[in-house]
Amino acid sequence: MSRTAVDLWVGFFVALGLAAIVFLALKVANQSSFRAAPSYEVQAYFSNIGGLKMRAPVKSAGVVVGRVTHIELDTDSYQAKVSMAIENRYQFSVDSSASIITSGLLGEQYVGIDVGAEEEMLEADDTIEFTSSALLLEKLIGQFGLNSASGSATPAPAAASGTGVGEGANRE
Amino acid sequence: MKFLLQAVEALGRQVTGRLILLGAICRFFISVVAMSAMCLRRPWLVVREIYFIGVLSLLIIMVSGLFVGLVLGLQMYDTLERFGSGDGVGMVVALALVRELGPVLSALLFSSRAGSAVTAEIGLMKATEQLTALEMMAIQPVARVIAPRFWAGVISLPLLNVIFCALGIWGGYLVAVQLLGVDAGTFWSQMQNAVDFHQDVMNGIIKSIIFAFAVSLIAVYEGYSAVPTAEGVSRATTRTVVVSALVVLALDFVLTAFMFRGF
Repeated sequence: MSRTAVDLWVGFFVALGLAAIVFLALKVANQSSFRAAPSYEVQAYFSNIGGLKMRAPVKSAGVVVGRVTHIELDTDSYQAKVSMAIENRYQFSVDSSASIITSGLLGEQYVGIDVGAEEEMLEADDTIEFTSSALLLEKLIGQFGLNSASGSATPAPAAASGTGVGEGANRE
Repeated sequence: MKFLLQAVEALGRQVTGRLILLGAICRFFISVVAMSAMCLRRPWLVVREIYFIGVLSLLIIMVSGLFVGLVLGLQMYDTLERFGSGDGVGMVVALALVRELGPVLSALLFSSRAGSAVTAEIGLMKATEQLTALEMMAIQPVARVIAPRFWAGVISLPLLNVIFCALGIWGGYLVAVQLLGVDAGTFWSQMQNAVDFHQDVMNGIIKSIIFAFAVSLIAVYEGYSAVPTAEGVSRATTRTVVVSALVVLALDFVLTAFMFRGF
């Protein structure tokens, strides 16, 4: 085998490897999608965020309009404070409501925004007043289990205001 | 009492024997790295070995990657569809390939395709006293024969790994989109949402580089320390494949525990 042929094959091999890395970076991992569109930040307080994570999408009418940037527990009200970056080209009225929705039965959770009727628009660092928390499957199941165990004589108040996970299971 | 002593002594002999072997491999590794200057002065030596080790392994790596992707696509779609989430097949195939299957399977294939060949070649050189002849001519066999093969393996395996992953994902795409009718847009977007370049792709490549060092070192060490007879060479070749497989699988567990903990 002559030297040029070997060089050619090795060059072909290395080029193929580099092409594969580019494919993995752009097509599989989508490096290019994290472009930072100009955005403004709003906050919302939820009594329970369920499994919401940072970088989760913010959607309105099913269209992604932003991302969750920060989640923390506000120790004044003991509610979860969720900060969201919403793209500048999407404006929402001040009486819009935010709710935490699960896509599908087991899918990831996202923040859904329903637009209100006011003329005034949300600005940077505003707070969305109307929120509804995540629907916790465990609570529903716990409530259901408790109701059927006690013959549904009394509605179970504990399941509605409990800590959530395992509430029903602990009571057998 | 005497029997007990003998048992303990046998255990101790086993442990010291393994430790001596480990030390010998480490010393060998250091001497290979120390004598790698010749590879830089004469890169042609390494390029030629990349041809024999990497380019000639391309076919088996590409075909295996493609078929692993095809099978993963079929199996994962079948299982995921039971939960009504067959759309996520692209995500599962890509994560499985990039994180685990790509690095591990390409290392296993590489050790049986190229590692065994390197061991047999070096072992035969030793059996036919070619290495001694090199020394007679004042040429270091480690620098002239061992180091180029070692570095060629270290360069080739990560490249083979990414080719394996890319073809596997393409195979998954063929099955899921073309055969089973998953929507192409959903397939790619689910994958792109789930796969992170640094966490998943880069960690897979780092794994592959570590496997490349381990497998190449085992291959050249087994060849260099083979008993210079026909039987010795055959034993060394077998040991290369077996030890490489065990080391790759054990290393993979340790690396995964460090890299993907907390996910």
